[in-house]
Amino acid sequence: MVATQTPTVELVARGIGKSFPGVRALDDVDLTIVGGELHAILGENGAGKSTLMNILSGVFPPDTGTIEINGEPVTLGNPREAKARGIAMIHQELNLIPGLSIAENLFLGREFRTRLGFVDYARMRSESRQLLERLDLHHLDPDTPVEKLRVGQQQMIEIAKALSFDSKVIIMDEPTSAISDTEVDALFKQVDALKARGVAIVYITHKMDEVWRAAEKITVLRDGKRVASGRLADFGRDEAVRLMVGRNLDLSGMRKEEGAAHGDAFLAVDGISLPHPSRPDRWLVKDVSFSLRRGEILGIFGLMGAGRTELLECLFGLHAKKVSGTVTLENRELRLRAPSDAIAAGIGLAPEDRKAEGIVLGMAVRENTSMAVLDRMSRLGFIRRGAEAEEASRFVDRLRIKTPSLAQAVRNLSGGNQQKVVLAKWLATEPAVLMLDEPTRGIDINAKREIYDLLAELAAEGLGVLVVSSELPEILAISDRIVVLREGRKSAEFDREGANEENLLRAALPGNLDSDHE
Amino acid sequence: MSDPSPSPRPMRDFARQFQSMIALVVLVAAMSLLSDTFFTAENARNILLQISINVCLAVGMTLVILTGGIDLSVGSILALASAVAAGLLKDGIPIESANLLLDFTVWGACAAGIAVGVALGWFNGFMVTRFRIPAFVATLAMLGIARGLTNLWTRGHPITALGEGFGAIGRGVFLGLPMPVWIAVGVVAVFVVVTKRMRFGRHLYAVGGNERASLLSGLRVNRIKLAVYTLAGALSAVAGLILASRLDAAQPNAGFTYELNAIAAVVIGGTSLSGGRGSVMGTVLGCLIIGVLNNGLVLLEVSAHWQQVVKGLVILAAVAVDQVQTKRA
Repeated sequence: MVATQTPTVELVARGIGKSFPGVRALDDVDLTIVGGELHAILGENGAGKSTLMNILSGVFPPDTGTIEINGEPVTLGNPREAKARGIAMIHQELNLIPGLSIAENLFLGREFRTRLGFVDYARMRSESRQLLERLDLHHLDPDTPVEKLRVGQQQMIEIAKALSFDSKVIIMDEPTSAISDTEVDALFKQVDALKARGVAIVYITHKMDEVWRAAEKITVLRDGKRVASGRLADFGRDEAVRLMVGRNLDLSGMRKEEGAAHGDAFLAVDGISLPHPSRPDRWLVKDVSFSLRRGEILGIFGLMGAGRTELLECLFGLHAKKVSGTVTLENRELRLRAPSDAIAAGIGLAPEDRKAEGIVLGMAVRENTSMAVLDRMSRLGFIRRGAEAEEASRFVDRLRIKTPSLAQAVRNLSGGNQQKVVLAKWLATEPAVLMLDEPTRGIDINAKREIYDLLAELAAEGLGVLVVSSELPEILAISDRIVVLREGRKSAEFDREGANEENLLRAALPGNLDSDHE
Repeated sequence: MSDPSPSPRPMRDFARQFQSMIALVVLVAAMSLLSDTFFTAENARNILLQISINVCLAVGMTLVILTGGIDLSVGSILALASAVAAGLLKDGIPIESANLLLDFTVWGACAAGIAVGVALGWFNGFMVTRFRIPAFVATLAMLGIARGLTNLWTRGHPITALGEGFGAIGRGVFLGLPMPVWIAVGVVAVFVVVTKRMRFGRHLYAVGGNERASLLSGLRVNRIKLAVYTLAGALSAVAGLILASRLDAAQPNAGFTYELNAIAAVVIGGTSLSGGRGSVMGTVLGCLIIGVLNNGLVLLEVSAHWQQVVKGLVILAAVAVDQVQTKRA
């Protein structure tokens, strides 16, 4: 593991295609990666970036296409093979084991052993020290448990680990999303050193500043297709953003009719802030204010990590002790200490992770539907089964939930029908405000259409609706008004007429685009 | 859609109970063939009497396990509750300042014993909800605490000769069946209704099935958990009163390892240790299977050591069958 000059590598992927049930994730994508360069992959949420990187790092195989390394065709059946070919991926969620030391993490699964079969800690330590020195991390002791390191340092350990495999291609997925500015500087210094050594870096990010700081080449993906690729110098920032938007989801005819919103704001959210749990200088949500009228659908757009989900959680009584700011519903300031308070006030939340948070998979459609209104459905603690079945059946009819019976376990329903059960649960509470977090994630196009129609219908009946979505075409189709979040803060607000894909994305992208037009 | 046709979940519960039922019938038939003293009214009464204490413990355990928890302290709570009831019944509380002796009636002593169970069960629940201590750890600690307190209270000696009135709980007979059997039947009846018909019962399944979704649906998850541990404590105390009354003594080591029998009955009865799935009736069948097995093996003069081996194998078989079926479903 001596620091030798790695010979320049060239990885060429041609015609890569990959489908998942119901989605064409990648379609005939070409990508060429050359040693000594940083190649940035740009694209909106769902454009196919992660799928492409997972294929290059051997997580799953492509349906079509070939990959060549230095002219030699290769198959990357699993991450181990990819590593053996010199391709390492650093995932957004770090894959280190917190309780183990730096050295143990670096050589996990391939520990050096003495002749007697014991772990050779002395050798692991000295090899680790060499690796750390290559990255200018002299001050780190290989015996330090990883949990004692800051996130940025942990990121560097992942990079050291990638180097220890003698990697020629290192894929980094949003490496700076959790680290401080000085750590970003250190990271980029190492990136430069790696490039100088002939390593190829594939870099996935939303941060335009970083792309313009370090990339030699960029490739833009949209809807699983490559829409542009070339030297960074040939692109302007505005052009890159324009290339990312314009996704071709077939939402024609789904655009909501002119809003039925009427009256003054009945929900006012003022100065909501939620501190980061482990970093006192950071905020998950910072000083967000907006209002909502009856009959209005307010879209909340933001990229991953912009604080969308956390904002809804704050309004629903979660994180109660840490949230600051006020929520006023019909001129009454709410005390939200727990979800039960929010529900009592007339707020419902259909969460992002349906299976983990929205429904009880093993329970029946009837039982899931009545879950939030059992108090009303029971007398002296006994469930009024007739009333419960009647209510559930009403919603099954109204929302056209496809189920063989009310007693069917929701586990056996399709994703779209599960989502409708979640909506039924909240509609049963007769809410004033319904909040939905990514309401159409993972459901098919027809069910999507039905849910859009339903939201429009509910709004027309006077409900206030908050929809979080990371799908630009979706949010544009259903919203009367759109609030954009960027790194926990509200960065812009658009009405129906003023909103388009480009200005939404510009407002959502970190790194202030407005200040440096090219 | 409004037609409430037969349904998968109750069907699955029913199918699972049906299997336990078949296992029980096969077991009874086998024992009857092997021993002429097994299939008699007298022996049936015996088996019911023998399992009544485990039924009380296992019903409480079922409630806890349905929410995804576990209670290892039921045997120790049983011992402390019975010792406190017996001690108060026998000696009362001397109030020295007033030179008075506070006497306890049978009812008063029983109420005090049950209060002990309620208090310790509540404490388990408090530790689990307030301090997020895993149920396994919190109740393991209580297993030690309650046992130690029992030894302190009794000074390590049994409290005996508890009198006729108290003896009626364990040795009395009503309509041809021993009182403990009636008590167990009553406990089962109440909690079958609670779990199948009442809001609280529905909440147990919801919390065990998906705690996060329950919380986000406005359920007061902590209160529900607090309640199940408290109920498990109370039912342990009831079991303790039955045991002390039957033996006419509160033993400091009473109920030792009873938690394992209770968990075994719950598991054999098809309740999932990860919560959200199972039933009180299944647990009753589990208790019956264990009871018939114990009783039959004794009648067949199989050694006690082999009985333990057989019981272990039955638990493995029951859970293996469950796992295979869950995977197929």
